[in-house]
Amino acid sequence: MSGPIRIQPGETFTLNVGPQHPATHGVLRVKMEMDGEYIVKAETVLGYIHRMHELMGENRPYPKVLPNLSRLDYLGAMGYTHGHVLAVERAAGIEVPERAEYIRVITVELNRVASHLFWFGAFVMDLGGFTPLMYALQDREHILDALEGITGSRLTYCYFRFGGLCNDIDDEFIARTRALIPRMRKSLKKYEALVTGNIIFRKRLEEIGPISPEMCRKYGATGPVARGSGIDFDIRKNEPYSVYPEFDFDVPVYHECDSMARYKVRMDEMEQSLRIIEQGLDKLPDGPIMPKRKPKLIKPPKGDYYQAVETARGSFGIRLVSDGTKNAYRFKLRSPTYSNMSLFDEACEGMMIMDALALMGSLDLVIPEIDR
Amino acid sequence: MIKDTVKQALQDLFPDPEPVVEEPVAQEADGEEAGDSKKKAKKKEEPRANGVLERDHAKYGCDLDVQLEPGELLATVMILDKASFFLESITGVDWIKEDQLEVVYDFSRYDFEICRVVIRTRTPRSTPLVPTISKIFPGANWHERETHDFFGIKFDGHPHLVPLLLPEDADFHPLLKDFKP
Amino acid sequence: MSLTIFNTVMAVVIAIAFAAANAAYLVWAERRGAGRIQRRPGPNVNGPFGLLQPPADGIKLMTKQLMIPAGADKALFMVAPVLAMAPAIVSFVTIPFSDTIVAHSMNIGVLMIFAFASLGTMAILLAGWGSRNKYGVMASVRAVSQNISYEIPMLITVITIVMMTGTMDLKEIVTAQSGGLLNWNIVPSLSSPLMPVAFLIFFICSLAETNRAPFDLGEAEAELVAGFHMEYGSMGFGLFFMGEYANIVIGASLITILFLGGWGCPLGLYPGVWWFLLKIYLVIFTFIWIRWTFPRTTIYGLLNLSWKILIPISLFNLLLTAGLLKVF
Repeated sequence: MSGPIRIQPGETFTLNVGPQHPATHGVLRVKMEMDGEYIVKAETVLGYIHRMHELMGENRPYPKVLPNLSRLDYLGAMGYTHGHVLAVERAAGIEVPERAEYIRVITVELNRVASHLFWFGAFVMDLGGFTPLMYALQDREHILDALEGITGSRLTYCYFRFGGLCNDIDDEFIARTRALIPRMRKSLKKYEALVTGNIIFRKRLEEIGPISPEMCRKYGATGPVARGSGIDFDIRKNEPYSVYPEFDFDVPVYHECDSMARYKVRMDEMEQSLRIIEQGLDKLPDGPIMPKRKPKLIKPPKGDYYQAVETARGSFGIRLVSDGTKNAYRFKLRSPTYSNMSLFDEACEGMMIMDALALMGSLDLVIPEIDR
Repeated sequence: MIKDTVKQALQDLFPDPEPVVEEPVAQEADGEEAGDSKKKAKKKEEPRANGVLERDHAKYGCDLDVQLEPGELLATVMILDKASFFLESITGVDWIKEDQLEVVYDFSRYDFEICRVVIRTRTPRSTPLVPTISKIFPGANWHERETHDFFGIKFDGHPHLVPLLLPEDADFHPLLKDFKP
Repeated sequence: MSLTIFNTVMAVVIAIAFAAANAAYLVWAERRGAGRIQRRPGPNVNGPFGLLQPPADGIKLMTKQLMIPAGADKALFMVAPVLAMAPAIVSFVTIPFSDTIVAHSMNIGVLMIFAFASLGTMAILLAGWGSRNKYGVMASVRAVSQNISYEIPMLITVITIVMMTGTMDLKEIVTAQSGGLLNWNIVPSLSSPLMPVAFLIFFICSLAETNRAPFDLGEAEAELVAGFHMEYGSMGFGLFFMGEYANIVIGASLITILFLGGWGCPLGLYPGVWWFLLKIYLVIFTFIWIRWTFPRTTIYGLLNLSWKILIPISLFNLLLTAGLLKVF
């Protein structure tokens, strides 16, 4: 061979990230066209854990669909079931007692903290730091224990019923939750010191993975992804549902549009959720947890109903088309990470693979929730 | 009021300047349903005429409900794009009795004055074809692929209309009402 | 003559045994240390304090089948793990544990250790290349660029010390530092005021050279899955694993010898091998501590650190020391 070997300018290779890959946190596959360490083009391939929940929602009566919703997102399941019961209640016109609404909000917020904690640990692990995961899981364990005491399950809750709840909370739950709040606050400070200020961590996130507000809009990104891009959008505030208007909390918004902004949004959200839980426990009214008058058979009148809720990952929507029978005619689930993930293909172009996977981590993916 | 401006802009699209007023007919209550659910039915028995409807947000979860021909879709979506709406989702509904497939587009805004707009368009069941809006909203790409997966609705001009959630060789459309697994 | 050969062979065997035992038990130490840091017990079932865990792991690894992926370059694939372990062990031969305990003292010890340390990079390159895996190739490319960039500031720092002591013999470098803390190379002196900085550079470089977190870009499990040893199972993986820990011991020994006064006591009393061992295990503990505290850097962050910060500073230090040595 004579002469130096030149790398052809257009030479790329295909890298299959997934379906089994530590950074995808599940069975997601991204086909990346790589130029060395740089991504030229990425194509996300979905459907490895697709279970057709929408069809299941159509071929069984409403109450039987209840457990399905928590199988969407095993980390923040409570928020999804909340959306479902609200949608059916809206369609069938079922009144919910106030106490039930408060307990719903408390449990949903607890679950949101648990979900964000897991995300925090997994995200730092994506960046190569293993220790925060252990700390975060230990804190999450307390929340799961508290929720297990009243709901009976640790992840895939089926606690809400149309019109209320299946089980009232007890003093033990209240005591546990009250003890949990100061402990969480202390932990959040510790995470701040251990992770947020770390120079390597900041270098890896700041100004990395930019997602512009315009891009968020074009792809319909919601939740912390949108709020990290300076969009003040939280369904709890913008389109209030349940008893959220009665709580005093802030929606953290950061304008940097980078992975760090999304990280900070979630970290601040935990504190806000703790505030909501605290207020909820203080204000918790007495009363029944199920309405006195409730139709035995849920048969919403003919129509087309939409209900959006803010889950840990963004705005989750249910479109319910009813034909007046006991089964839904159409049961559409609008999952937030589906939209959030769809911008990844465009956002990661030209990035290095390390930064792209940090960006993917900052989107907070739960694959069963994308695939449904 | 963003709702009014959008409504006005959308109404200009329709040749009939007469605003369509929603006339909900009271559903003949199904016997066993209590008074609670004595709600207004959204759809009349005959297919709804094209036009813009204003809806009660508290009851239906949307503010404007637009029904239009597939040909008018792009112009409508462009109006929404200009008014800085974002695409929530795209889905289909199989109205097998009317032999039609409905494509439903959900739009919303990042705003405190929330305004949810639903766009519906119907296409015959035998040759379902709707123009793609993925040129305007790139996020529609996946939603349209998903709708194609589930209903077999073809999106004209879609850059990559291959199964997304179903296997790559899937030739069935599970959410059609006559789908037999 | 025959006695000398016997002595040498024995010394080499002991060095190998020391390296292997250290590699095995550092895994245990690392896991226990990680457990401590992460508020969990770590391995504690097999034997007291889990001390039988390394042999159990070794037996498990040895009884597993070594899979060679289809399409892999068989020769390179087999050679790579050996190449990861062998240079590390050979380097032990020349490391002086005290003024009497050294397998084979040679007057170019520093040079030899760095020569063998560079071979370790070869193992990563061959493993990544030979296993015919895209992640592996990416990892080996990363590892090579990383090791090249970090050998430069490391060697420049060593040259500074060689200049100060005027020898390449590790034993004499330690002897030059004898007599307590103030004579150690880490302490700034009139002729070399930047030595603490040089120590920091050398420490960072040894982290990078041994592919330890936060510089473990070659195996970066979050994006390259396990990088160069992704396709290895059984003892092939075991050798890589042990090689890594043997390299850590060498890195810690070098730090101790070059900067921390080798087997000398900080107060100048009772010099001996115990001080040496104490110091290297302290350094190793710091390695472990850093690994479980920091997230991983990026490849460009890593290269930027070396080329834009470490190399200029170490060059400056070299020039300064050279100039001051001439003056004083």
